[in-house]
Amino acid sequence: MVVYGVALLAASMLIGMVAGDALGALLGVQANVGGVGIAMLMLIVFANLSRERFALNPATESGVKFWAAMYIPIVIAMAAKQNVVAAVSSGWLAVIAGVGAVAVSFALIPVFTRLAGRRKRDPS
Amino acid sequence: MELIGQVLIKNGLITAFVFVGLVMAASYWFSRVLTGGRIEGSAIAITVGLLLAYVGGVHTGGSKGVADIPLLAGVGLLGGAMFRDFAIVATAFGADLRAIREAGLLGAVSIVLGVVISFAVGALVAVAFGYTDAVSISTIGAGAATYIVGPVTGTALGAASDVIALSVAAGLVKSVLVMVGTPLVARFIGLDNPQSAMVYGGLMGTTSGVAGGLAATDPKLVPYGAMTATFYTGVGCLLAPSVLYLAVRSLTQAF
Repeated sequence: MVVYGVALLAASMLIGMVAGDALGALLGVQANVGGVGIAMLMLIVFANLSRERFALNPATESGVKFWAAMYIPIVIAMAAKQNVVAAVSSGWLAVIAGVGAVAVSFALIPVFTRLAGRRKRDPS
Repeated sequence: MELIGQVLIKNGLITAFVFVGLVMAASYWFSRVLTGGRIEGSAIAITVGLLLAYVGGVHTGGSKGVADIPLLAGVGLLGGAMFRDFAIVATAFGADLRAIREAGLLGAVSIVLGVVISFAVGALVAVAFGYTDAVSISTIGAGAATYIVGPVTGTALGAASDVIALSVAAGLVKSVLVMVGTPLVARFIGLDNPQSAMVYGGLMGTTSGVAGGLAATDPKLVPYGAMTATFYTGVGCLLAPSVLYLAVRSLTQAF
């Protein structure tokens, strides 16, 4: 049944969120630490567990896949509710700080990925 | 007319589905017909969403983009953290666990490095703009990490409210820029495999920016980028008001 997939996904997310909040509290941080990441790992583990014991029903699978397919529409809704006015009208300091952080981070991605790739190829 | 409006408001989430559907249809048409498919439809749709958010914000004076217009309040729910995280988790279905494990250490390092780098850039800009006290410099630096790390740090350190507002704004600029900029630079920074997506998520850190940026670049990479980005804000809230603030304080005292 489709709802099994949705429920599996929802349960994974709730477990991840609880774990993320608990981790945050443990670290003394007022934020959720890695909730979504833990939830993703839960979903992957659940899906693989059930695949070994009994094949995941295509209908069940479609309950998860529907929400994965809704990802882009949801992201577009997310974009449409951002506080863009505050972002563009807040003065130069905020703009330069934001742009600078993004530019430097973008520039470091290839450096970082390459360093890791070299280390893997040459394990000395 | 009034009757229609009432129905649309009463069924806000359903109205939001139609709204997003229309934005996407127009954007994909624009992508195919006017750019010959050169610019990804989803990238256009996200940009259109941001533009509409700007128009909505100017029109209503609110902080939630089009969601402050009563007719489109459902967009706030559909685009809120709950549905966003739900859909992000769903994308993990079919993700390659081996790729995640292989790039795990690299991803973890990139998160810490990402927080430190963004913080340093933000702090330097704050200094360039004449801030001299460690609390304000650290708060603005934290805002350059994400718009959540900024106010959390500012509140913890007792920063002035206008400085906290600036830190939120810096984080918002970052998030919007990551959404729009990622598909444009993806080719140049090698963002086309799970490993670089994990580094990208760790260095950028803004969940909404990464979510939007990868959606517009290659949705297959979403779980890898989101996996690291989701730890970023937490690590930022951990490091910024503590180690990084202490580093800034000792530097300001030295000069």
